[in-house]
Amino acid sequence: MAEEILIRGGTIVDATTAGRRADVFVRDGTIVEIGEHLDAAGALVLDAEGCAVAPGLVDIQVHLREPGREDSETIETGSRAAARGGFTAVVCMPNTNPPLDDAAVVQSVLARGREHALCDVRAAGCITKGRAGTELAPLGELYDVGVRIFTDDGDCVSDANVMRRAFEYATALPGAVIAQHAEDPSLVAGGHMHEGEWSARLGIPGRPAEAEIVIVARDLALARSTGGRYHVLHLSTAGAADLVRRAKAEGLAVTAECTPQHFTLTDAQCAGYDPVYKMNPPLRGDADRDAVRAALVDGTIDAIATDHAPHAPETKAVPFEEAPPGMLGVETAFAVGHTELVGSRALTLQALLARMSWQPAAIAGLGDHHGLPVAAGSAANLAVFDLTRSWTVEANALASRSRNTPWAGFTLTGKTRHTILAGRPTVIDGEATR
Amino acid sequence: MRRHLLSVDDLGGRTGIERMLELSESFLAVTRRDIPKVPALLGKVVVSLFYEDSTRTRLSFETAAKRLSADTMTFSVSTSSVKKGESLLDTVQTIQAMGVDAIVVRHGAAGAPHRVAGWTDAVVINAGDGRHEHPTQALLDAFTLRRHRGGLDGARVAIVGDIAHSRVARSNVAIFTQLGAHVTLVGPPTLMPESLAGWPVAVSHDLDDVLNETDVVYLLRIQRERIEGGRFPSLREYSQRWGLTAERAARLKPDVVVMHPGPMNRGVEIAYDVADGEVSLITEQVTNGVAVRMAVLYDLLAADGGPDDGAESARAHGARP
Repeated sequence: MAEEILIRGGTIVDATTAGRRADVFVRDGTIVEIGEHLDAAGALVLDAEGCAVAPGLVDIQVHLREPGREDSETIETGSRAAARGGFTAVVCMPNTNPPLDDAAVVQSVLARGREHALCDVRAAGCITKGRAGTELAPLGELYDVGVRIFTDDGDCVSDANVMRRAFEYATALPGAVIAQHAEDPSLVAGGHMHEGEWSARLGIPGRPAEAEIVIVARDLALARSTGGRYHVLHLSTAGAADLVRRAKAEGLAVTAECTPQHFTLTDAQCAGYDPVYKMNPPLRGDADRDAVRAALVDGTIDAIATDHAPHAPETKAVPFEEAPPGMLGVETAFAVGHTELVGSRALTLQALLARMSWQPAAIAGLGDHHGLPVAAGSAANLAVFDLTRSWTVEANALASRSRNTPWAGFTLTGKTRHTILAGRPTVIDGEATR
Repeated sequence: MRRHLLSVDDLGGRTGIERMLELSESFLAVTRRDIPKVPALLGKVVVSLFYEDSTRTRLSFETAAKRLSADTMTFSVSTSSVKKGESLLDTVQTIQAMGVDAIVVRHGAAGAPHRVAGWTDAVVINAGDGRHEHPTQALLDAFTLRRHRGGLDGARVAIVGDIAHSRVARSNVAIFTQLGAHVTLVGPPTLMPESLAGWPVAVSHDLDDVLNETDVVYLLRIQRERIEGGRFPSLREYSQRWGLTAERAARLKPDVVVMHPGPMNRGVEIAYDVADGEVSLITEQVTNGVAVRMAVLYDLLAADGGPDDGAESARAHGARP
């Protein structure tokens, strides 16, 4: 029997329309009809009255901790959180244990995703073996099993020659992109928060903004000389935003992403020494935060990614300097973006969705299945958002196996109502279907 | 509400600082008696939770607690379950379960006492956290200076050395300036904090310049490890430019005093003889440390009902040793 869904009464927002009121009929994983007052026949009806119906969101930087730290998150729990956040695709970072520097490990992650996940789970691969920064990982083999984003995320590739060779080599792999966690290790060694007024006052060793700027500047020079494609992960400084803006004007193949926390929160959050506000790159000062937001608005930054980084409670119940960096993000990202950017009229809803759906899908090479216009013939990867729904974030109410959200207590406007992955609902009325 | 001493800010501004210095004065009198002990904290339990090595601070707190008749327990990382991987949280909860009134915390990470304060019902006293603060050191230094010169209003204090990594510097800048002193930070640019926004201080990189116009020279410990981080080239070069050498000491105006929180590197930031010379208040700092810590423990533990009459209560207790 055919699997049919009718999304009734919503307003479609996608790359082609900023708002068109229509029902959406899905059959066997594909959108088959768009129109007013469609007949449900025997289909499962999902009410979308007053809601936005959009392509599913795409998060190109998540840590689902599998394999290695299944106590803090699994592909199943993390993808459930992502589905509840409106995501239909996520790209897992390769800093697992073992790391994703081997095609067999990547295939096992993808297989686990197909079997257990509530999202389309894709994998980024390492640039270097063991993320050690010295020898190239088997980029071609990783590419052949589906990897498009290569990064040693968490560890910056600091050796300029290794980075140069990675750029060069990857030009033989169409659609591959070299993504960098841009923090010069020598400048951030021993540091735990943004270096500035707050770190000086709190006595917490700092990680200066220049650590990001010098790496982005160097990498852009290498991208220019090699013709390589470059993506800046979680960009966090005004200086790096300026460099990317100029590189784009010059025509280099460069893209960038930022996280909701970097365009919303600042290092002042660290004043109480709560490690839930610790991440790399660190929360910065007001000027950098505002510059990141401006770069997101003017298109310098292409995508919002969450860097969803679950950590088991005991690892964060320690002094700030001893805690691992990282924050939860997938379940709150749309709501934060909607509240902060659409609510302040910095972005339209369509522009926000561009940065959370079709633009990141294009960066990750997922554009044939995700971020597509909500039109007949498109793969049915969809999210329905209730834009007027106000809710207060509670760490314990999130689907992640960990609780390290920096948004606990924040009241946000906009919430995922339904999510549909390949024509099947993963979330109905805010609750995961499994 | 439970009060802690995590930072100089917790003292309540100039009024609170001066009240604590007054209270310290009455406890200094106690320490000078034949039997330097009062029953003020009889039945109270004070635990020293030291994750870093310490001689003077730990002994000073324990002596202070004993002179107030509190029971003391010492937690030392090297002989505890921390060796077996027990976390700070679990350690604190274990100590708490035994029933303690105050935990004196020394830790290598900034903010560790703040975390502890969130996990326990006991009073938490910061005995030094990373490069953040060391509020009782600041109190004893202010107390020593006040006794020596009657007050800090208008005093010109030069704090010399590794400001960036110094919890003493952060606490002392706060307390000295709140008491009306003018503070100048002196040292190589590489040992200054990354930002001085909001710090009510002047900065100089020329010690000789500053020594001509200073009343108090406060020297900080210089650590050899900083050379590896590129902060300065050698101890010799540091000593020549920023050390209080015998030559520099000889040029000091007659009423200038020299202080150091210890432990000293004689021959680096301070010449051997200068440390023991007439200008030095270093031994007096240590003596005063006990009285100041008695005042802090008393204020936080005994004065539950009314902190306002702390000094009077102390005298009352002192009247029947």
